[in-house]
Amino acid sequence: MSELMSDRAIDRSKMQVSDEVAIEINNMNKWYGSFHVLRDINLTVNRGERIVIAGPSGSGKSTLIRCLNALEEHQQGKIVVDGTELSNDLKNIDKIRSEVGMVFQHFNLFPHLTILENCTLAPIWVRKTPKKEAEERAMHFLEKVKIPDQAHKYPGMLSGGQQQRVAIARSLCMMPRIMLFDEPTSALDPEMIKEVLDTMIELAEEGMTMLCVTHEMGFARQVANRVIFMADGQIVEQNEPEEFFNNPKSERTQQFLSQILGH
Amino acid sequence: MSDTHAQTVAFVRETEIPPAPPPGRETGVYKWMRENLFSSIPNSVLTIVALALIYSLLSGTLPWLLNGVWNTSSLQECREVLDGQVGACFSVLTERWNQLLYGFKYPVEEYWRPNLALLLLLIALAPVLFFDLPRKLLAFTAVYPFIAFWLIWGGSILVPIVALLGFVAAGVVFQKYGKGSFAVGFFGGILAAIVVWNVGGFLIPEGASENAMLAAVPSRDLGGFMLNMMLGVTCVSLSVPLGIALALGRQSSMPLIKWICVVFIEFVRGVPLITLLFVASVMLSYFFPPDATVDLFLRVVIMITLFSSAYIAEVIRGGLAALPKGQYEAADSLGLDYPQAMRLIILPQALKISIPGIVNVAVGLFKDTTLVSVISMFDLLGMIRGPILASTEWNGVYWELLGFAAFLFFVVCYGISQYSQWLERRLATDHR
Repeated sequence: MSELMSDRAIDRSKMQVSDEVAIEINNMNKWYGSFHVLRDINLTVNRGERIVIAGPSGSGKSTLIRCLNALEEHQQGKIVVDGTELSNDLKNIDKIRSEVGMVFQHFNLFPHLTILENCTLAPIWVRKTPKKEAEERAMHFLEKVKIPDQAHKYPGMLSGGQQQRVAIARSLCMMPRIMLFDEPTSALDPEMIKEVLDTMIELAEEGMTMLCVTHEMGFARQVANRVIFMADGQIVEQNEPEEFFNNPKSERTQQFLSQILGH
Repeated sequence: MSDTHAQTVAFVRETEIPPAPPPGRETGVYKWMRENLFSSIPNSVLTIVALALIYSLLSGTLPWLLNGVWNTSSLQECREVLDGQVGACFSVLTERWNQLLYGFKYPVEEYWRPNLALLLLLIALAPVLFFDLPRKLLAFTAVYPFIAFWLIWGGSILVPIVALLGFVAAGVVFQKYGKGSFAVGFFGGILAAIVVWNVGGFLIPEGASENAMLAAVPSRDLGGFMLNMMLGVTCVSLSVPLGIALALGRQSSMPLIKWICVVFIEFVRGVPLITLLFVASVMLSYFFPPDATVDLFLRVVIMITLFSSAYIAEVIRGGLAALPKGQYEAADSLGLDYPQAMRLIILPQALKISIPGIVNVAVGLFKDTTLVSVISMFDLLGMIRGPILASTEWNGVYWELLGFAAFLFFVVCYGISQYSQWLERRLATDHR
């Protein structure tokens, strides 16, 4: 675990949590058929917060963040993202999706488009940004994730870590106010995990609101200001990372932590 | 050896070894034959058997082909020229080429019109098939159907112009209202087109076709390979978009649309094309108003298009199913709406996967256009079976005529298949 921690000091000057609410979830429930996946979820995320969601597989953590941009539908309760309530209204959903960036476990880059086109597609078509401006912005973010020289290649020619950084850049090109990460490093080789985590740390340093489902506990310790532990579709425990790792309260959390930190 | 080597381990080369040519048996024809034709005893046997087969084929057909007679006016005359020798009577092709290509009623002095239409077709297809060409050429592709209609059928130029105006009106209405609500734009567009066509229909004076610039040619005078080409091109270009719509409809989350598409596809796929053609020629008029005379060509186009669009829909559905779910989710998560996600992300990839299948359907469809000969339309095969073989001059010339038909179809179908292979290579960007 420790070797995946960033070796540099993290600049916390801009990592401030404001009082403004970015995401509010009230009594949210979700079922797959008759299976109760998410049970009575209550969560408030303030702007600038960096939240890591951890838990055993099947605990509903991915489903939870996929509900936040309506990739999954919730059946009960209320979700308000960036002041807009998630309902069945397609206009609201498209509005929320364009404000919320999402990074997937399997990158999901568009293989028929170049890296640059991947990054400019949504700004041009959704935000109606002029092509030239969209390309400039894309190059800016590609430089930020340190792959500007790959801009004219196709995703299939890049390594997994590079692809995931492109996926982050693609989301950033929409200038989102919130970023969701759904196990962004789980499909990567260990040496590539670091380059993706470094990109995410940089993003956190700039004050981005982030919700991150991950098993990288080093990242959680360094960057998160809150760790949420889920099991069986419920939020079991949430706390600041220091307290969470050193002094877990619930038995389920202790068990989980001993399993992933034990070796 | 290692012992002797131990004493000479320090070694400095003093003379360069000049490059030498490989031994004779390792180069050229000899090597190629040894590796590819006679690499083992069974392979050598297979090579010899294949050579014998090719020899017997060529020794049978070559004399017939090379000794062909090209300039006689009847089978009897041809047989006299051949005088018992083996030889083909290709003179049926030189004598009846115009019937084979244009049918037996299309006015001879108007042959330039379908010829020009064919030439313009190549220009119109170029930007569709080769997308490196400037996109502005697509404007010509858009008006081409109306030009071709006017060239081939002739008559008043007002008819294709009104038809074009109808589509333009539909496009304008859709542009204006389609942004707010797709349904309003869509149905508004259809309504606008119908209004324009009806108003235009009243405005075209009676008998405008009588003394038009191009003499009117009725559909029943079309024939020969021209008819096959017309049916093939029209039906393929109509059934691909219709097939895409059906495939997307079948995936729709709206149950009504989904079930309409499923029932349509399953029904059409379960019926032989020849049945649909009989319906087109005999029964379809029951579905139109009593005094409406819907052109037989149009009826056949409708039926073949419906038939092949059902197949193309299934091919495209396979392409859609092959895309990982993540592509849909990524498009959604970026805020693209449904039409954008389909047009920019999903369809380009799904269609690429479906190219071999679509080409398969297109080639099959093109060959199936010969079935119209069964409902007494004189396409290439209809001309051969009907007017030419039934004539006293050429009764009995099967090989030459059917061989010619096979040759024409082969050239076109092989061209389509080569194009699709080029397209697949051109679109290969995933490097997996």
